[in-house]
Amino acid sequence: MAEFTLPKNSVLIPGKTYKAPAGTSNIRRFEVYRWDPDSGENPRIDSYELDMDDCGPMVLDAILKIKNDIDSTLTFRRSCREGVCGSCAMMVNGKNTLACTKAIDSYPDTIKIFPLPHMQVVKDLVPDMTHFYAQYASIKPWIDTQTPAPADSERLQSKEDREKLDGLYECVLCACCSTSCPSYWWNSERYLGPAILLQAYRWLADSRDENTGERLDELEDPFKLYRCHTIMNCTDTCPKGLNPAKAIAETKKLLVQRKLG
Amino acid sequence: MASNTNRPTSPHLQEYRLPLTGIISITHRMTGVMLSAGLAFFVYIISALAGGAADYADMQDLMGIWLFRLVYWGFVYALFFHLCHGVRHLIWDTGKSFDRETLDRYAMIELGCSLALTLFTLLFV
Repeated sequence: MAEFTLPKNSVLIPGKTYKAPAGTSNIRRFEVYRWDPDSGENPRIDSYELDMDDCGPMVLDAILKIKNDIDSTLTFRRSCREGVCGSCAMMVNGKNTLACTKAIDSYPDTIKIFPLPHMQVVKDLVPDMTHFYAQYASIKPWIDTQTPAPADSERLQSKEDREKLDGLYECVLCACCSTSCPSYWWNSERYLGPAILLQAYRWLADSRDENTGERLDELEDPFKLYRCHTIMNCTDTCPKGLNPAKAIAETKKLLVQRKLG
Repeated sequence: MASNTNRPTSPHLQEYRLPLTGIISITHRMTGVMLSAGLAFFVYIISALAGGAADYADMQDLMGIWLFRLVYWGFVYALFFHLCHGVRHLIWDTGKSFDRETLDRYAMIELGCSLALTLFTLLFV
């Protein structure tokens, strides 16, 4: 059942403000979601004033600066700092994105940073991704074949068939799209969500995979697939410019085509 | 080490800024509910039309009240909005018009069409 308000233990309380040192001219304010599992307190918003003359250009640079210079307890995931690992997915000013590829200057004023929406928070900006990864495993994200591989070569694919995977294989599973989706907020225990459905379609679209029928059987479910109501938050927010909503529509089309034979 | 299992849920509706398509999507659902509820009102009008001169005059008096006129035109707008976004859904079901660059443009066309159809009804019907 849809819960529109936050549970009692998740309601925000006022946090601390860390002022910029006197004499700083180029100041930008960052408001960051904080929750310490050991404190027993509710989550809070801490505000940090940063000197932009001494900070890298991306949102991730600002977060790293806070951790390095102001508050080393700030906890977040990051790795590649170039948008290929998907670790630093978070909600910045009301929209999910990768902190490493989002320029601070693309926002006009104060920057508000939250963990990915409607997730269980482990600490600060780190959400629990266990369920998301379990859903990913459930769609069998590997090539599944009945025929033996050719003895003297790999399983080959024409250029045209390979092109069908463009816009699908680039997904880094950052979960920006799934956690932007209201359907996923209310039904994540049964609805697979845009990221996993895009991956499911990636294997449906692969000419080398020989398990299309079973894959479609698995997806033909009122919740797993059909909780998608084409709200389009997923496509709007994808930091890699991919189109999960389109992949879902193509999956629905495959199901209809199969039915019509 | 014991870990805290009383994990909070991160903010969602409270902080997320729905894009235009998201706002239209929830409005589509709300207008759907309003149309269902409004059907009772619609049936009343139809039955007043069929019920003869006295019933018709009563209905006319009722519809003269501004609040009921507002509900009436709200119903008409909800109908056209729901129709326009319904057509959008039909286009989406064919796998077309998903390009992210065009999402807002299509959304504006829907809003424009639903307003134009309501105005057309107001002026000519």
